[in-house]
Amino acid sequence: MAVDEKVLEEILNSYPAKVKRTRKKHILLRDSSLDRQEIEANTRTIPGIMTNRGCAFAGCKGVVLGPIKDMVHIVHGPIGCAYYSWLTRRNKAIPEEPGKNYLTYCVSTDMQESDIVFGGEKKLARMIDEVVEIFKPNAITISATCPVGLIGDDIQAVARAARQKHGLSITAYNCEGYKGVSQSAGHHIANNGLLEWIVGQGDWEEPPGKYTINMLGEYNIGGDSWEVERVLKELGYHVQATLTGNGSYEDIKNAHVAELNLVQCHRSINYIADMLEKKYGTPWLKVNFIGIRATCESLRNMALYFGDEDLIRRTEEVIARELAEIEPQLEPYRKICAGKTTFCFVGGSRGHHYQGLYEEIGIQTTLAGYEFAHRDDYEGREVIPDIKPDADSKNIPELHVVPDERRYRPKLSRERTEELKDKIPLSNYQGMNITMKDGSLIVDDMNHYETEEFIRTLKPDIFSSGIKDKYVPHKMGLPSKQLHNYDYSGPYAGFRGAVNFARDISMSFATPTWNFIDPPWKSRPLLEGTIEKPSQEGEA
Amino acid sequence: MLDSTPKEFIERSGGVINPAKTCQPIGAMYAALGIHNCLPHSHGSQGCCSYHRMHLARHFREPAMATTSSFTEGASVFGGGANLKTAIKNVFAIYNPDVMAVHTTCLSETIGDDISTIIKGTEVPEGKLVIHANTPSYQGSHITGFSNMTKGMVSYLAEATLAAKKEQVNIIPGFVNPGDMREIKRLTNLMGINLIMFPDTSGVLDSPMTGRFVMYPKGGVKVEELRDTGNSKLTVALGTYASSDAANLLERKCKVPAVTLKTPIGVKATDEFLMALRQSFIKEVPYQLEEERGQLVDIMVDTHYHFHGKRVAIFGDPDIITGLTEFVLSLGMKPVYVLTGTPGGTVGGPQGIFEKEIASMLDEAGIEGKVKAAGDLFRLHQWIKNEPVDLLIGNTYGKYIARAEDIPFVRVGFPILDRSMHPYLPVVGYKGAMRLLELIGNALLDRADRDAGDEDFELVM
Ligand code: SF4
Ligand code: SF4
Repeated sequence: MAVDEKVLEEILNSYPAKVKRTRKKHILLRDSSLDRQEIEANTRTIPGIMTNRGCAFAGCKGVVLGPIKDMVHIVHGPIGCAYYSWLTRRNKAIPEEPGKNYLTYCVSTDMQESDIVFGGEKKLARMIDEVVEIFKPNAITISATCPVGLIGDDIQAVARAARQKHGLSITAYNCEGYKGVSQSAGHHIANNGLLEWIVGQGDWEEPPGKYTINMLGEYNIGGDSWEVERVLKELGYHVQATLTGNGSYEDIKNAHVAELNLVQCHRSINYIADMLEKKYGTPWLKVNFIGIRATCESLRNMALYFGDEDLIRRTEEVIARELAEIEPQLEPYRKICAGKTTFCFVGGSRGHHYQGLYEEIGIQTTLAGYEFAHRDDYEGREVIPDIKPDADSKNIPELHVVPDERRYRPKLSRERTEELKDKIPLSNYQGMNITMKDGSLIVDDMNHYETEEFIRTLKPDIFSSGIKDKYVPHKMGLPSKQLHNYDYSGPYAGFRGAVNFARDISMSFATPTWNFIDPPWKSRPLLEGTIEKPSQEGEA
Repeated sequence: MLDSTPKEFIERSGGVINPAKTCQPIGAMYAALGIHNCLPHSHGSQGCCSYHRMHLARHFREPAMATTSSFTEGASVFGGGANLKTAIKNVFAIYNPDVMAVHTTCLSETIGDDISTIIKGTEVPEGKLVIHANTPSYQGSHITGFSNMTKGMVSYLAEATLAAKKEQVNIIPGFVNPGDMREIKRLTNLMGINLIMFPDTSGVLDSPMTGRFVMYPKGGVKVEELRDTGNSKLTVALGTYASSDAANLLERKCKVPAVTLKTPIGVKATDEFLMALRQSFIKEVPYQLEEERGQLVDIMVDTHYHFHGKRVAIFGDPDIITGLTEFVLSLGMKPVYVLTGTPGGTVGGPQGIFEKEIASMLDEAGIEGKVKAAGDLFRLHQWIKNEPVDLLIGNTYGKYIARAEDIPFVRVGFPILDRSMHPYLPVVGYKGAMRLLELIGNALLDRADRDAGDEDFELVM
C-alpha cells in the first residue's frame, strides 16, 4: 500500500493537535512536479515524543572529536556521557606511532556533588595533568556535558592555562547537551574548534605530493575509509587527513595543504569544508563512496577536478577492474534482494547515501529521512540563505573566517571553477529529495509512533536505522539493519564494501531463523481424526 | 591493546579512567521497565535518554522504550517544568502507558526542577499514574539509580490496607538480568510462597518473538501488586546497593519487615535466601531444590582441582561481585582483586561497607587481596600488570584487559555487549551457580588446552 495525503492525515490524526501541526511540516510525500518541496528540519523535538535524536555532546565528542586517535579526549562532567561514548561507535583506527591510540580509553572527570556545588575546574585541571603524565598524548580535547555550562565552569580558561603549562594543544569544546536541538549542534561546535585551533597549526606550506586531498566526514565505521583509501592510493592520491575516522592530530594540523577536500558526510562536516575554502581557497567536492555507481562517479569527479588526462584514464581502468571483480560476486545476492523495499532512516547523510547501494542490489527505498539534518540536506544547499535562524540555532557560535594572509591560494581559476561546477558537485550538495522517487516518503526526525505506523502501511521488506529502533521491526518479523554501526560488520564503502553490504542484507532475508516464529500448534487443531460414520448394523 | 597503561601507579584525583560504573538514570530506566505497562521518561536533554536506550538495547537485544523532555537551552535557563507538562500530555496521548515513570538527569537536577510539584500541577488522565525518582548522576552510579526508582515505586504506590499482613513475600531482585529474576521467582514458587517481585523485567526485556511488536510486553510488576506490597509479611532485598533502600522505606511506610541478603550467587548465598524464606514462612525446602543443591555440590567437589588456588580478578556492580567473590571462594579460588566503580556505601549512609564486607570474606579465607569501591578499570589493569591473575570476571569492558594481559575472561554482569545469552540464563540460585561453574571451568580449561604442548594435550581433564 502506498501512502497518500489521506493515509498520512489519518496517521497524524492520532496526535494531539499541536503535535500534529508540527510533525506535518517534517513529512513530505515526494512529488517531482512541484518546483520546490519545503521540509522543516533542525527544529526542536517535542517533549514526550520518542525521538531517536541525541545531543550536542554526542555530536561533538561522540561523532567528530572522538575518532581522532592520538588525542586523549577528556569529558568534563558526571560519568555517564563519557561512558556511553566509549567504544560504542565502531570508528576504527590503527596507530601511526606505536602506542598512540587512545580510543580504548574513557577519561572522565566523573563530577561529584561537591564539584557541582563548588565548581569542577580544579578537578579538570588535575585530570589534564594526570593525562599528560600518563599518556603523553600529542594533543588533548575537553568536551563539556550538560551541567558544566550551568554551574559556570570556564573550561576555555582551564584549557588555556593547561596549554601554557604543558606546551601542548589542549582545546575545549562547549558542547553541553542542551545546546541546539540534536547532535548537529555538536558537529558545528567541533568543526569550529578544529578549524580554529588545529587545522593549520602544522608548519607545512606545500602538499607532500601530487593530488593531495583531505577526506572530510568519513568516520571509518567498520573500516570504511580503509576500503576507500585502498583505491585512492592506487590512483595516486595522497590522503593528507581524514576527518575524523582513523584521523590523527598530526595529520589534521597540516590539513591546510590539500588541493581538494572531499565531503562524505555533509551534515557533520560541511562547516569545516566551507571554512577551509574561505580560509585557504581549497574547494570541496561532495562525494559518496557508498554504492557502486556513487563510488565510480565520485572517483570520476575527482579526476575531472584535477583534469589530468593520465589520472582520468587510470581512473577508468581501475573502475573497470574493480567492477569486473565485484559484479560476479554481487549476482547471487541480487537474486535474493530483487524487488524488495526498504526504509532508510539514519543520522545525517546515510539516509541518502544508502539508497543508491540498496537500489543496486534491487531494493527500492520507500521512506527515507534524517535524525538531525538541516533543510539543505534535504533540499540542497541553495536553500541555506532562506533558512531562518531560531533561538536554538543562534546559540551555536558562527566562526567568521577570513582568507589566511599567507596561505590563501585559490586552487582553481574562476573560469575553471564555473566550468567544473556545471559538471561536478563542487562546493555544492543538492540534497536527498531530488534523488527520491515520486510517492516516496521523506520524514525528518521520525519517532517511534511514526516508525510503527509507516511500517504497517508501507510494509517494507527491511528496515534500516540504528540500535534504538532495531529490535522493533525484528519483533514484527521484519529484518532490520543498523546503518549507524553496520551491525558489527563492514566495511560497506567502496567497491568491496558493496559486496559486504549485499552479503549482509541478503543474509538477513535468507536466514532460516525467521521460519520458526509461528509454533506448529498455532496452525493445527488439538484434536485430529476422522469422524466415523454411524454404524449400519442397527438398521439391518 | 591498552598500551598506555603503565605498571607504575601515580596518585590520581582528576576523575576516572575507564569506568566500572555508569550514571544513575540508566538504572532508573531499567527498573521502570520492570513495571507492567510503564513508560520510563527521562527529564533532561535528549542525549541522556538516547544513550540509555542504546545501552539497554545493546545489552538485552530488545527494544528499550523511553521518552525524554528534550530540553533545549531555554529549558536549562527557565527550568524544565513546561517541558515535563507537555511530555506528560503527549506520552499519554500517543503511547498510552498505565504508568509514566519520570527520572531526572544531571541537567534537571542541577537546575533544581521540583518534579513532584510539576507532576502535581499537571493533569494526568483518569486511571493513569505518573511516578518519579530523583537520579542525579553526580552521586552513586547506575545501581543507585535503580535503587532510587525502586524506592519511588514504594513511595508512590505501596500501601498497607489490611489489618493483618498477607502470607506473601516482596522480593526486590536488584539490578540483575530477567533470567535471574525468573530463577528467583522459580525458587520462591518451589518453596510454595506467594511473592511480589518488583521491579520485574522478565517478560519485558526478554520478551519472545511473536511476529508482533507490542509497546508493553506481558511482563512487569502490576500496579495492583505494587500497591499490595504494603500488605506483605516480609520484604527480601537482594543486594545492599540496589535493593535495600526500597525495602527499608517499605518497612517505614507500611511496617513490612525488611531483610537484606546477598544477591543469591553461589551455594552459600542461595542457601541463605532459601533459609530466610523457610524460617519466615515455616515452609520446608522441597526435595527438588535439595536435589539441585546436591548436584551443584557434587560438581564442585568433582571438579575442585580445576579451580582451587587460581587467582581471580573480579569487577562490576557491588551486589553481583559480592556474591561472585563468595562463590569463587567456596571453590577454593583466590579473588585477589575485587573492584567496583560504585561507591562502597549508600547515599547519605555509612561508607566503606563494600570494602569491609569483601575484606572480611578474604580474611576469613586467609587471602591477601585488594578491594576497591569507586575504582576504575585503569587501576584494576595496573594491579593485574603488577601481579597477574589466572582469570578475569566482569562485564564486556573487561575484554580489553583480558586481551592486553592474555588472561581467560568470563563475562558476568552489566553490560554484556558482545555476547548474547546473558539476559536469559541466570547466574543466581543453584542452577545459576552451575552455569557459572561451566563458564569459569570452560574459560580455564580452554586456556589450558590452548597452551598445552602436544605431549601434554589431554583427552580427559
Ligand atoms: S548528562 Fe548526566 S544523566 Fe545524562 S548521560 Fe551524562 S551523566 Fe548521564
Ligand atoms: S553519516 Fe550520519 S551518523 Fe554518521 S556522522 Fe554523518 S550524520 Fe552522523
